[in-house]
Amino acid sequence: MKRLFATTSILCLAAGAASAEGTLSVYHWFEYMPQELVDKFTAETGIAVTIDTYDSNEAMLASLKAGKLGQYDVAVPADFMVAIMAGEGMLDTFTPEEMTNLGNIAPQWLDVPFDPGRKSSIPYQWGSTSFSVNRDVYQGDISSLGIIFNPPDELKGKINVLDSQNEVLILGSLYLGIPQCTTDREQLKALSDMLVEAKQHWASFGSDTAKDVLVSGDAAAGMIYNGFSAKARAEGANVEYSYPREGHVLWMDNVVLLKDAPNRDNAIKFMNFLLEPENAAAVTNYAAYTSGVTGVEPFLDEAIRTSPENNPPADAAPGVFAQVCDDATQQLYDAIWINLKK
Amino acid sequence: MAGVGSDSGASAETTYRSARVPLLLPTWLMIGVFLVLPVALMAVYSFLTKEMRGGVIWDFSLAAYDQFFVHRGLFGDEPPTLEWTYISVFGRSIIQAAIATVLCLLIGFPTAWFIATRPPETRGVWLFLVTVPYWVNLLIRTVSLRFLIRENGPLNDALMGAGVISEPLALINTDFAVQLGLFYSYLPFMVLPIYAAVERYNFTWSEAAADLYATRWVTLREIVLPIVRPGIVAGCLLVFIPSLGAFLAPNLLGGAKNFMIGSLIEEQFKKSLGNWPFGAAVSMILMSLVLILLMIYARSAARQEAR
Repeated sequence: MKRLFATTSILCLAAGAASAEGTLSVYHWFEYMPQELVDKFTAETGIAVTIDTYDSNEAMLASLKAGKLGQYDVAVPADFMVAIMAGEGMLDTFTPEEMTNLGNIAPQWLDVPFDPGRKSSIPYQWGSTSFSVNRDVYQGDISSLGIIFNPPDELKGKINVLDSQNEVLILGSLYLGIPQCTTDREQLKALSDMLVEAKQHWASFGSDTAKDVLVSGDAAAGMIYNGFSAKARAEGANVEYSYPREGHVLWMDNVVLLKDAPNRDNAIKFMNFLLEPENAAAVTNYAAYTSGVTGVEPFLDEAIRTSPENNPPADAAPGVFAQVCDDATQQLYDAIWINLKK
Repeated sequence: MAGVGSDSGASAETTYRSARVPLLLPTWLMIGVFLVLPVALMAVYSFLTKEMRGGVIWDFSLAAYDQFFVHRGLFGDEPPTLEWTYISVFGRSIIQAAIATVLCLLIGFPTAWFIATRPPETRGVWLFLVTVPYWVNLLIRTVSLRFLIRENGPLNDALMGAGVISEPLALINTDFAVQLGLFYSYLPFMVLPIYAAVERYNFTWSEAAADLYATRWVTLREIVLPIVRPGIVAGCLLVFIPSLGAFLAPNLLGGAKNFMIGSLIEEQFKKSLGNWPFGAAVSMILMSLVLILLMIYARSAARQEAR
């Protein structure tokens, strides 16, 4: 009995020591943060970190809406989702005095439309979405989104498309030269018809499998994120990532300070930590995208720093961010997506 | 079937009468908390107004059911007609599930028969073997099947190596792959109930039929099938119902090109469509379909009993 009591009190003491520095609850994408970096944060600050993961922006939003807000300190939504969450009143703000490393953010990412002046979010990683082609199968020109939407014979029936409404509809709009969030009937009809016509040439829809199908050869071409394509190449697939002339989708994942964060101070510490160039570079080396922090170059792996996926050719067409459509317009796009997959 | 409970006699009924409520309480709690509450919640949500990108507004609305059944064109201003989009999704899922059920029955019945006719001491081993794959998670089994049947996977390599085919079979991302996946996932649910029925079958009845000059076919049709029928029906329901709502096999083996009921519902909650009332309404419609199916079965079973 005495021994049990002794053990219990030691456990209590240990727990007390850990909670003296506190804890941090992170809601994050799967496989997006190297464990070594989490350990480093804990070693530097004594803050114990717990991470829950999600696999889509919408799943994260749904779970926060369903009552998880107030349990997490930070989450990592993409650009358009930052705007949506801000609109829903789910974000807290910080001051420049608190976020001492705010100056490390690369100038072009400091004042962004989805969070003007960076009051609730800091950059995590950014990248692009277009497509990759297996060069063993197809050697022709891949500078157009027509590879996906009007494919050459060699690629017909061997194309994987992201199972993601936003990306498919925006790339389709770019291909047709239609603006996002349009309400023009002719344009929406044309987009819907083009997608239904293109679908017969597609083998599959899949987002988390987008890399695997290229590596295994199930697909010879596929819509994909640039870092994911770099990983496919690293795993031995002879794939080339295209920056098509019609444009590509740009996205940026951001660490946001959630409303009612139980450990707000620790969240700020964590965000400042992630803005250190060395730590931002560690994420980039792991995820193969690009950080939004200046001064990361000395810490980057050579292969990542010079990868064609992360370094668009100088004459590449500019990328576009996803816009948040108003509710009525969004319903039209939802209907096009349902019609495509019915 | 219905006779089993009433045979137990009045003595047991009186023995436990005083303890009935406390004994049943855990069951009632289980059913109440884990079945009635969630289903009631779903029913309520299906009549609420959707909040864009997930969530509900507490205003009564029939919009979800309207979306399911009524078509008004992309812009909502055409004269209303019957909406075929979701009915065709249901139709596709029902056909897939039916084919998977038939496949399971064709393979499952002989398997169950084989096991039930082994000596009692070896039956356990065979049953054990049927359940072994179930120690592995369904997701992993489905992904493994994907690896097996892919264009340059082991199956095609072996067939081409043996000279059976010259071009790889296009199996992956087809409806057949989905049916194969469903069949593979749910086969034991067919084997086990049929086994339980066949095991109770008295083989002297077959001998008696043979003595009366019944052919093997007639014996199977007139004697065996009616007796093991409850096992077959139970097996078919156990395969058909989960196949109807499956989304792993359609997504991983079928390429997710078309919505199945399961993926249609998933998309309403976890992905961009974010329409909770509609997802709840589709679930309610699916559940009603299954209930109707079960009721038809129960009535025909009762009629069978009465005969």
